[in-house]
Amino acid sequence: MSSAQFVQYLISGITSGSVYALVGLGFTIIYAVTKIINFAQGEFVMLGGLLSFTLIHSAGLPLVPALIISVLIAAAIGAIMYLLAIRPAKNASVVSLIIITIGVAIFTRGIVGQMLTKDFVRPPSFSGEESISFLGAYIDPQAVWVIGTMVVVTIILHLFLNYTMVGKALKACAINPVASSMVGVNPKIMALIAFVLAAAIGGIGGVVLAPLTPISYNAGVMLGLKGFVAAAIGGFGSPVAAVFGGLLLGVVESFAVAANWGPFTSAYKDAIALVVLLLILLIRSGKLAEEERTG
Amino acid sequence: MLARLKSKWIYLPIAALLAFLILIPFEWFFAQYTTLMIFIGIYTIVTVGLCLLMGYTGQVSLGQAAFFGMGAYVSAILSKTYGLNPWLAMFVAAIMTGAFAYIIGYLIFRLKGNYLAMATLGLGLIMWILFRQLSQFTGGPDGMSGIPYLSIGGFVFDTSFRRYFLVWAFCLAVLLISQNIVRARTGRALRAIHGSEAAAESIGINVGRFKAKILALSAVYASLAGSLLVYNMTIVNPQAFDFLASVKLVVMAVIGGLASVWGAIFGAGTTRILSDEVLLRFGEWDVIVYGLILVLVMIFMPEGLFVKLKEVFQRLRFRYRQRGVAP
Repeated sequence: MSSAQFVQYLISGITSGSVYALVGLGFTIIYAVTKIINFAQGEFVMLGGLLSFTLIHSAGLPLVPALIISVLIAAAIGAIMYLLAIRPAKNASVVSLIIITIGVAIFTRGIVGQMLTKDFVRPPSFSGEESISFLGAYIDPQAVWVIGTMVVVTIILHLFLNYTMVGKALKACAINPVASSMVGVNPKIMALIAFVLAAAIGGIGGVVLAPLTPISYNAGVMLGLKGFVAAAIGGFGSPVAAVFGGLLLGVVESFAVAANWGPFTSAYKDAIALVVLLLILLIRSGKLAEEERTG
Repeated sequence: MLARLKSKWIYLPIAALLAFLILIPFEWFFAQYTTLMIFIGIYTIVTVGLCLLMGYTGQVSLGQAAFFGMGAYVSAILSKTYGLNPWLAMFVAAIMTGAFAYIIGYLIFRLKGNYLAMATLGLGLIMWILFRQLSQFTGGPDGMSGIPYLSIGGFVFDTSFRRYFLVWAFCLAVLLISQNIVRARTGRALRAIHGSEAAAESIGINVGRFKAKILALSAVYASLAGSLLVYNMTIVNPQAFDFLASVKLVVMAVIGGLASVWGAIFGAGTTRILSDEVLLRFGEWDVIVYGLILVLVMIFMPEGLFVKLKEVFQRLRFRYRQRGVAP
């Protein structure tokens, strides 16, 4: 493999890894505050992509307002999901909550498939199609947008969680909901904020991803699963760990396909993430079980 | 007196159901629904396994279609490509799938709740990718056709009338076996595990092994159903075993009632009728309806729709009886 090829695969890995990182951030935020794994997390990415396409092509909106409205709609759907599906299920068991989020996921996917489109869509790129030459590799400018967006979102999220009142309240609620409610932090409102944040971050991921890789109404499951892998590599602890998990997964996937040896071909690209998932779960199972008992 | 009366009358609905089932495929009854009923029978077998797994151990499998598909593909490949007797192929498929599930179960049942669900989801997707990509064995995305029918001696199950009885014989056998498992020592152990794993362990139940066993049993059921599906349609393709297929199986179990063996017929029946008869006319709205069903049932009746209906019915009957006795 030449150095140009190496750079090419590395950057393509970091690009898809950035999207996994954004989904992983959503998983981490919701899990930290509510101890729920949101199986509908990938659907927000799908929503972001398809909404931006529809707003630009069917509604004829200019790029920037279309992007903002798409993310806002995704965030609103996150809020609706929490208020209508999660909150009414008081004291539900883990299995019930899993089934509820799965229900929301396939409901969203069905509605999008019926109301918007069932085709793969590709909204226009943010800044032209001409690829940039970098260390001998050719990079789609949209890839730069994807990576840049991920970095900016991570930094803003970090600042939000550590330096604002609401962010600190979220963290407090994640550490101990009972104690934090005693000092005036309402865990229900924090959970709502967590869902809105996660949905918005997923929507942002979809909005920047779709111009690079065409996306369709059933893309949510795989994206969600890879985001989960990202969060699991990071141990569901800190958002930054989830970001590194996502990047790691993206790069591993990219180089495994590049190796093009035995089962490592593009046909099995998605299977690589799944095997990584099973390995992590098995290796960390002791610790994860412990965490679930105490948490 | 009342108890004896109750125990005698409990067989009445079962006998009525049985008579109804036997009559369905005849011309003068509901012959037009024979094919639908065959599918309901097949899906009931998978659902029972899932109900046992979810209802009695409190574990969820989002990859049950993987075992369903394994049964289907192993049977199809062995009997078509290698010319093995279909009955033998079906048997081999069930053993293979069961062993596979047992090993997987032993590994992943150290996980709980969320992580276990995600692991089964991952497993289901891996199998689905394999069904599509191992095209030299499975025929790839197009699948396989020309798979032989089952037969006994010269008697070939090549009409839907014959296959109906075959499938429902299997289905009722599976239901009866499951009922016995649930009522016997194993069932009590499983309920103990559902109640509290620590307590179950403290009275000497090997929790990990029981869970792996029940996963293996549910996988064997799924595999049998998969084989029956293949020998019924004589074709197989990967679309029947994707992520949505696994979710639809969960829908069936959720409607049927998570800890109810006979509810499985109700769950599989409702879902197949919704899919094949009612919602088909409105395009692919079934996914949306299933999503709603999952959310609503889990919020308002987490023990499952069938169990809730049974409860309501019993309460009504109790009230009615009280009114009759009161002066």
